[in-house]
Amino acid sequence: MTAPTDMTLAGARAALGRREISAVELTRAHLGAIEALNPRINAYITTTPELALAQAEAADAALAKGEGRALTGIPLAIKDLFCTAGTRTTAGSRILGSFVPPYESTVSGNLLRDGAVFLGKANLDEFAMGSSNTTSAFGAVENPWKRQGEEETFLVPGGSSGGSAAAVAARLALGATATDTGGSIRQPAAFCGIAGIKPTYGRCSRFGIVAFASSLDQAGPVARTVEDCAILLGSMAGFDPKDSTSADIPVPDFAAACARGVKGLRIGIPREYRLDGLPAEIAALWDQGMAWLKAEGAELVEISLPHTKHALPTYYIVAPAEASSNLARYDGVRFGLRENGEDLKDLYERTRAAGFGEEVRRRILIGTYVLSAGYYDAYYLKAQQVRALIKRDFDQAWDKVDAILTPATPSAAFGRDEKQDDPVAMYLNDVFTVTANLAGIPGLAVPAGQDAKGLPLGLQILGKPFDEETVFAVGSAIERAAGFTALPALRAAA
Amino acid sequence: MSLDTATVRRVASLARIRVEEDELPRLEAELNGILGWIEQLQAVDTSSVEPMAGGGNQALRMREDRVTDGDIQEKVLANAPDRAGAFFAVPKVVE
Amino acid sequence: MSYTIEGATGPWELVIGLEVHAQVTSKAKLFSGAATEFGAEPNSQVSFVDAGFPGMLPVINRECVAQAVRTGLGLNAQVNLWSRFDRKNYFYADLPQGYQISQYQFPVIGTGEIGIELADGTTKLIGITRLHLEQDAGKSLHDQHPTKSYIDLNRSGVALMEIVSEPDMRSPEEAGAYLTKLRQILRYLGTCDGNMEQGSLRADVNVSVRRAGEGFRTRCEVKNVNSIRFVMQAVEAEARRQIEVWESGGTVDQETRLFDTTRGVTRSMRSKEDAHDYRYFPDPDLPPLVLEQAWVDELAAALPELPDARRARYVGDFGLTPYDAHVLTLEKETAAFYEAVAQGRDPKMAANWVTGDFFAGLNRTGHSIGDSPVSAENLGALLDLIKDGTLSGKLAKEVLEAMFETGKPPAAIVEERGLKQVTDTGAIEGVIDEVMAKNADKVAEFRSGKEKLFGFFVGQTMKAMQGKGNPALVNDLLKKKLAG
Repeated sequence: MTAPTDMTLAGARAALGRREISAVELTRAHLGAIEALNPRINAYITTTPELALAQAEAADAALAKGEGRALTGIPLAIKDLFCTAGTRTTAGSRILGSFVPPYESTVSGNLLRDGAVFLGKANLDEFAMGSSNTTSAFGAVENPWKRQGEEETFLVPGGSSGGSAAAVAARLALGATATDTGGSIRQPAAFCGIAGIKPTYGRCSRFGIVAFASSLDQAGPVARTVEDCAILLGSMAGFDPKDSTSADIPVPDFAAACARGVKGLRIGIPREYRLDGLPAEIAALWDQGMAWLKAEGAELVEISLPHTKHALPTYYIVAPAEASSNLARYDGVRFGLRENGEDLKDLYERTRAAGFGEEVRRRILIGTYVLSAGYYDAYYLKAQQVRALIKRDFDQAWDKVDAILTPATPSAAFGRDEKQDDPVAMYLNDVFTVTANLAGIPGLAVPAGQDAKGLPLGLQILGKPFDEETVFAVGSAIERAAGFTALPALRAAA
Repeated sequence: MSLDTATVRRVASLARIRVEEDELPRLEAELNGILGWIEQLQAVDTSSVEPMAGGGNQALRMREDRVTDGDIQEKVLANAPDRAGAFFAVPKVVE
Repeated sequence: MSYTIEGATGPWELVIGLEVHAQVTSKAKLFSGAATEFGAEPNSQVSFVDAGFPGMLPVINRECVAQAVRTGLGLNAQVNLWSRFDRKNYFYADLPQGYQISQYQFPVIGTGEIGIELADGTTKLIGITRLHLEQDAGKSLHDQHPTKSYIDLNRSGVALMEIVSEPDMRSPEEAGAYLTKLRQILRYLGTCDGNMEQGSLRADVNVSVRRAGEGFRTRCEVKNVNSIRFVMQAVEAEARRQIEVWESGGTVDQETRLFDTTRGVTRSMRSKEDAHDYRYFPDPDLPPLVLEQAWVDELAAALPELPDARRARYVGDFGLTPYDAHVLTLEKETAAFYEAVAQGRDPKMAANWVTGDFFAGLNRTGHSIGDSPVSAENLGALLDLIKDGTLSGKLAKEVLEAMFETGKPPAAIVEERGLKQVTDTGAIEGVIDEVMAKNADKVAEFRSGKEKLFGFFVGQTMKAMQGKGNPALVNDLLKKKLAG
């Protein structure tokens, strides 16, 4: 039998169903792996072994009674942006202090409803702001992958869901929840050689998820296969009356869509994504992806998304603006960190200076500035208009194609000390992913190859709003064709 | 558009984030770097484009007028850094 | 002759506009399911949404929207089928989210108007600029501790309607009349209880002064005035202050001020010195508020009768004087009481009794219409006893007094005290005979032409009957007997 930590989620579910392994055994295997590897990788901020074992025991009892649900006994990591009742939730920030939510996010609650086991809270960039998981107040996360011949170089796992992606890649969880505001699921998934999907805006409830940028934030899963992502999303998604932006649309059988194939599908290849200076190996991987899909019977259609090049600056106005307002509630009055001051304003200023890290402070200031009197029209309103144009580009593309294929990232994982000096250079990581957030459409990253140093590279499939099924179908076809079997250097039982 | 030191100070005050005087020059340079990069949007023709506000495009859903929440005083106060009985406490505010 | 204040250098006109914050009558808050009742334990009517906890999201209460639409319809205002919520960003201890959800650019209700009645009997139209929905903040208590302020979030998230008038008012009286009328309309509609002591209704008063014929000068906003009388006082105090500033060669700065009710002056608000920059932007947690015209039509069809319409009906259908109609429609409860009394009876007689002896009785006994010892049913029964001749008007007044004291129905009082009017002609004739026998000299004088003495005989007869003789019968029978 496969080692428990090497199982896919679907495989583990089948093994649990056949009683080949118990949920407690599966959970213990993962807790052991966490104990061994987490001190180095730092994928978890908080682990909850006792809670996990109790949940696993309950899962075994349910399975014994034939009352297993979609995820009964499946050990998962929960990004520490999801509020979990009774378990400290930090958002990767000092400012939340020892905040213990008395409530459960809808998405994590859905997973519990379906029988999942929570191993702990996964590390992330502070308030999900970052593309390298280096801004966490609880330390950076190490990418389990190593460049060949550079075993000592600390590579970043991507961000902001770096802890989630690293945990899954290193076999410290079968899957994980993540969130994606500009690429925070897809970029770390690509950097860590796993799959991850940001569903359509409104597919997963945002209730109980610490907000970064409300009009862009969306929860989604990361896992080692596309099918595993489909299974997780099936549980995470669904209408929630507690979120006014949640879509009242039925959740289809995403896992079933993985087997559909791509025959007859029209796949768009956006001209504008072939950036100047795009590394040859990224371009080659993209071409390879096209060839695979064509061989499977899809039709390739060149399309134009002319406003693509404006997406990043648009994002870096909209996201900080919303964040500056969303993060105003961290003021040291009702929860979290407080630094005393001589008066209320001083208390606020000291608390927020001490509680927020550098990148978060920077984005709050940018966001405050672009919304301030006299600048709103030039920045925020302008960005909203360009955002409308970006969405229109996609709306027009859907007349011609069923899905779009692009690279997931402009590079493989980079070193911790690279790109840290210039915020703008860091922001460019999101160049292929950010459009999906602005347009509200689903995007899936799937591992499809390796660079010259053996690091994983991903392709991205974008789809129509609420058509995750086609995205899963295309992603699965790529996955099958790519046959990606490479393993990270750091992993359980390795 | 670029920020001067006074503007950085004013924005930091609006955002209620304490910035030490010696941090200002570096912050000013960083913010100007970001704003300079964002500036490229001004070149996009957006005349007669309706701004897109939210992530979805549905209309607001309304709930019924029923009391379904509250009465959780202890939970609301449990995480407070300073509380006085059933109140949150802050340094005295003068109006 | 328009209202002016005489300064040292000549007369000044006043320009006044009101922003009224009216708490929406609803069971739950605007964006959360916590209760809205007044006077609960601190922080007991607070959800995690109201306390601005991480990951909490707003969901709008349909009834609050309906109440805003009803109010808009009652103000003859435009109902905007598309509106939107924005965030108004500022830090304050009782503002947990760090922003207030409000409607800045696209309010749910657009322009409308209110007709106000002035003491000289004239009416004037005051324009309504807009009405929008927003969240209330929590409450800071500054007097509980020497160095701390205490925060109670029970009010946080309660729905408010901000109703903004045009700067159409020109005197303290007009400002008072506007607020009176607005409050009356809100109470008729049931969209706000209008309780100013509890803060359900409070006004920000914008005041500026100018010379006749000038454009507008700088205005100041006097915040949170919580009675109609104080609004009128604040207008005058602030106008006088500004006149002094202008006349001494200074300039009025646009600022927010508070009205000191004990000293009767306005003062600058220290905590709001910070330059305001609210950084409004559309709330990304809330899609646009889109209303169906059919729903608005339904709400319009179910709207209660408003004071103006009711007053017109009292004059037109009931034949009341405009003054009585005005008095009876001031409060919804009074009108309802009056209509219950008038139901199936002479409406003018009902109006006379309600506005006359009944109101006097309330005043004398310190009651309001809500806790009146005399029910509309019992007052109506009293009118019936007059109508069927059981009671004279004079006796009825006595009975009403007893009703105020005991709360009993009039028939019971008449029974207990034997106040029933005597209508038996034989009995009355017997008394008349006795009176005439005792006063034979006067009878002779009367018969010889001194007809003024008729009143004397009526008085003597009624006295002998302890006031219970039916006056009409006594008159008729006396005339016959005296005529011989």
